[in-house]
Amino acid sequence: MGVLENKFKDNIVVESLDKLLGWARSTSPWFFQFGLACCAIEMMASAASRHDLMRIGMIPRSSPRQADVMIVAGTVTIKMATRVKKLYEQMADPKYVISMGSCATSGGPYWQHGYHVLKGVDLVVPVDVYVPGCPPRPEALIEGLLKLQEKIQAERPLTQISA
Amino acid sequence: MTFEEIKSAITAKFSDAVLENPEGEENAIYLDSRSWSKIALFLVSDKDLFFNQLECLTGMDLGSETSLEVRYNFHSMEHRHKVEIRLTVDRKDPKIPSVEQIWRMADWFEREAYDMYGIVFEGHRDMTRILCPDDWEGWPLRKDYEVQDTYHGIVVPKIKEGWE
Repeated sequence: MGVLENKFKDNIVVESLDKLLGWARSTSPWFFQFGLACCAIEMMASAASRHDLMRIGMIPRSSPRQADVMIVAGTVTIKMATRVKKLYEQMADPKYVISMGSCATSGGPYWQHGYHVLKGVDLVVPVDVYVPGCPPRPEALIEGLLKLQEKIQAERPLTQISA
Repeated sequence: MTFEEIKSAITAKFSDAVLENPEGEENAIYLDSRSWSKIALFLVSDKDLFFNQLECLTGMDLGSETSLEVRYNFHSMEHRHKVEIRLTVDRKDPKIPSVEQIWRMADWFEREAYDMYGIVFEGHRDMTRILCPDDWEGWPLRKDYEVQDTYHGIVVPKIKEGWE
């Protein structure tokens, strides 16, 4: 939004516009195909015909510039963490991150002895929704995406935030 | 050929390079790494041995006191026999000759052994890390490995004690 973001006082016009924007953003959060490990299989299953993420307006995009949501699906190694950060920075605002599975959330099974695994992707990028599971079933991921949609809908992009 | 025949064939040609086996390790040939490149050429070119396939190359750390070790598993598709060769490498100055140009299979295996144990294979045409980032510090699978504190500003986790 840039120029218009948080620039207006709260009134009925701005609120209606905010709701419209929230609705538009939340019903088409295109996600960034970002499979790092076995969670990617479940993410693919969610996008495929049986679970069909297209129902909630989600289309997988291969470029960070076209995506709104980054689903970090899998183990983030420290070598990859620098790339994850770079890819997140390449996404256009507004951008959201879903941490899928226990590896991306906390390091998972590599928590104690994995020198090469990042202990949670939230150490490098801000995470909006955590989806637990190892790996989470497509239903769990869809639950997480619906939670994210709720979060986006509740946002007030135009309204000035009073201190 | 049986294991004994293979061993005697190598001993006949390179008698001073074949070392004595440690106790309990009867099914491998221990060699002196200084003459390894000659013996490797002999293994692949001799008609009776003809080990034309390198099945596996493993780096090992047998503990802080002892040296590092490299193990080669060879197989001959022609004669259908196999053998395991073991070379000990000095921990302070870990260098052994590369067999990458003899068996192309060794290319990535040697890079992995270099990545994890710091064993330098002399003569390898691309002796760089294969799994860890190029600017990673230390050799992760060594027993005395200590994790670096940060990597490009990212905190590298230490072993967490008492977490359940």
